Amino acid sequence: MKKETVRRRTGLWESLTLAPYSIWALLFIVVPLLFVAYYAFTDNDFRFTFENVSRFFTATSNVSGEDGAVREVRTYLLIFARSLKLAVLSTLICLLMGYPAAYIIARSSARTQKVLITLIMIPMWMNFLIRTYAWMTILQDTGIINGILGLLHLGQIHVIGTEAAVVIGMVYDYFPYMILPIYSVMAKLDIKLLEAARDLGCGSLSVLRRVIFPLSLPGVVSGIIMVLIPSISTFYISQKLGNGKFYLIGDAIESQYAANNLHFAAAMAFILMVVLLVCMAFMQRFANRRAAV
Amino acid sequence: MKKIIELKNVTKSFDGEVVLDDICLDIYDNEFLTLLGPSGCGKTTTLRLIGGFETADKGDILFMGERINDVPPHKRNVNTVFQRYALFPHLNVFENVAFALREQRVNKAEINQKVREMLELVALTGFEKRSVTSLSGGQQQRVAIARALISRPKVLLLDEPLAALDLKLRKDMQQELKKIQKATGITFVFVTHDQEEALSMSDTVVVMSEGRIQQIGTPVDIYNEPNNAFVADFIGESNIVDGVMLRDRRVSFSGQEFDCVDGGFGADEAVDVVVRPEDVDIVPEDRGQLRGVVTSVTFLGVHYEIIVDIGGFKWMIQTTDFVDVDEYIGLYIEPDAIHIMKKSEYSGMYGDYSSFSNELDELSNAESGEDE
Repeated sequence: MKKETVRRRTGLWESLTLAPYSIWALLFIVVPLLFVAYYAFTDNDFRFTFENVSRFFTATSNVSGEDGAVREVRTYLLIFARSLKLAVLSTLICLLMGYPAAYIIARSSARTQKVLITLIMIPMWMNFLIRTYAWMTILQDTGIINGILGLLHLGQIHVIGTEAAVVIGMVYDYFPYMILPIYSVMAKLDIKLLEAARDLGCGSLSVLRRVIFPLSLPGVVSGIIMVLIPSISTFYISQKLGNGKFYLIGDAIESQYAANNLHFAAAMAFILMVVLLVCMAFMQRFANRRAAV
Repeated sequence: MKKIIELKNVTKSFDGEVVLDDICLDIYDNEFLTLLGPSGCGKTTTLRLIGGFETADKGDILFMGERINDVPPHKRNVNTVFQRYALFPHLNVFENVAFALREQRVNKAEINQKVREMLELVALTGFEKRSVTSLSGGQQQRVAIARALISRPKVLLLDEPLAALDLKLRKDMQQELKKIQKATGITFVFVTHDQEEALSMSDTVVVMSEGRIQQIGTPVDIYNEPNNAFVADFIGESNIVDGVMLRDRRVSFSGQEFDCVDGGFGADEAVDVVVRPEDVDIVPEDRGQLRGVVTSVTFLGVHYEIIVDIGGFKWMIQTTDFVDVDEYIGLYIEPDAIHIMKKSEYSGMYGDYSSFSNELDELSNAESGEDE
C-alpha cells in the first residue's frame, strides 16, 4: 500500500518535470507539422486536393542548355535532384574529413582533446549568415584568395557562383555536426577492445576495419543525418555563394512561401520531409544490422 | 622442462615511478603460473610486458629463447584474457570466438570446426548466435577464454579474470580453468590478488610486492616456507615475532627457548619467527610454553579465531576449543610448526594482531579489488 503511493508520486513528479518539454514539443513541433500536412493537401479554399503534391512531380519548364537548344524539364524534380547532389557531395566531404579528424582527436591526450573540440566549436558560436558572408569575401573574384594568388603572380581562380563555392559553404557550415557525433562515439570506445584485437592478431589497419569502424557506425550515421538534412534544405548558402544560379529545393520553398503560395510550399516541404525520413530509417536500419552482425 | 618465457632484469617505470624493479622470471612449458600480490605490486604490468602492450625500459623478454622486446602484440604467439573480458559488442558469440581465425583468413569449414570445438571446451555449445551483451558474467568469461585459446597460443595470459564474478561462480571457474589448462597443455600465466585462488590453482606461485619478486615456489613451499615477513603475512595468516637463533634447531622468542627444525643461521643471529595460527595448541596455563590472556574471540564456523596477548604482543590462534575473553591460557607449539626467516626490509611491518579487526580486514580487501 505504502509502496504504491510512493511509486505514484514518482510517476506524477516525472510527468511534471517532463511537462515543459512536452508542451513545447507539442506546440512547436507536432502542431506545425500537422499544419504543413494540412496545407499540403488542401487548396486555397481549404478543400482536400492532391493538386499541390502532383504539381511537384509534374510541373515542367523550358530551359536552354549551353548549346542553346531548349529542353523541357520537370522543374521541381530537377531542383530536387540538384539539391540532393550538392547535399550528398557535401556530406561525403564532411565524412571523409571528419572521420579521420575525429579519430585523431579521440586518441590524443585529454587536454589536447578539449582544445581541439573547442576550436571546432568556435565557428558555431558565430552567426550562420555572417559565416556565409565571410566566405563570400574570401571566394569573390576580387576576394582574399585571388588577392593572395595575385600577389604571388599565380593567376586567378573563379569560384564564387559555381557549385564548388556552394559545396565549400555547406561543408564549412555543417562540418562540426559531422565530427562531434563521431568523436563522442570514438572517445567512449574501450581501449581494451583495441588491445584485444591486436592481441588476436590484428595490425593497425585491421583494428580500424574490424573493430573501430563498426563500433563507430552509430556516430557516422548520426553525423550523416545531421549534415545531410540541413544541407539538402539550405537556401541561403546557394543564394549567396552560388550567386543565385543554383536554385535548390530550399530556395524553391522559400520563394513559393514569399509569393504567398503557402499550399504548394507546404507540399514541397512535406515531400522533402518524407524523403528524408525514409532515408533516415533506411540508414538507421543499416547501422543496426551492421552492429548486430 | 622447457623454458617458454624468460624475463631478464626487466625494469619498467611510468612517469618516473618504478613499477617493476629488475625482475627475473622463468616460465616453463605447460605450467600454471600465478603472479600474486597486492594492488600496484607490478603483476599486471608484468603480464602486459609479456603480451606486448608495454615495452621494458631495461632488460630483455625472451620467448622460446628469442628476444621479443620489440615484437608487437599481434605477432606474438601469446593471447590474453582481459580483466573485464573486452568482448567485441558488435559481434555475436561465434564471431567473437572466430575473430583470430578470420584475421588469419582460415577457410570457412575449418573456422566452423574450431569454433565448435572451443565452445564445447568452455561448455557454451548452442550459444553461437547469442549477442555477447546478453550473456551473464560467467558466460562472457568463457567466451573470452575460448576467443583467446582458438589460435592455440603457446601461452595464455589471464588478467584477474575471476575478479568480477561472485564467490560461488569464482570457485567453479577456478576448477574449470585448471581443467582447461590440463586439457590443452597451454602455459597459463594468471594474475590475481587473491591468495586462496593462487594456492588452489597454481603449479608455481610468484609473490610480488613493490615491483619486486618476493618468492617463487609451489603453493606448499610458499605457505610453509615463506621467504620473508611480507610473504608470510600475505599468504594466509601469520604470527611473526622477533627471535634469536641460538644454534641450529634452537630458537628463542617471546622470552622462551624452543626446539625447531631450521638451521644454517649464524650463532645468535636475529631472525623473524613465523607461527601459523592453526599450528598453536591451547593447553592449561601451567603446561604452556607461553602464557597469555584472551582479548577477543570470533566464531567463524569452521573454528574460532582468538587473539591472545602474550607479553604485549598479540597472537592470532585458530582453534576448535572454546575459550572465553579474559581467560588465561597456555600455548604449546610443535618444533615443525616454527618457521625461521632471515631478517628483511619487511621485518616488524607484519604479523602482529594488536590492531586486528575483521571489519578492517574486509575493508582493505575490498579496496584491493581494483588493480593498477
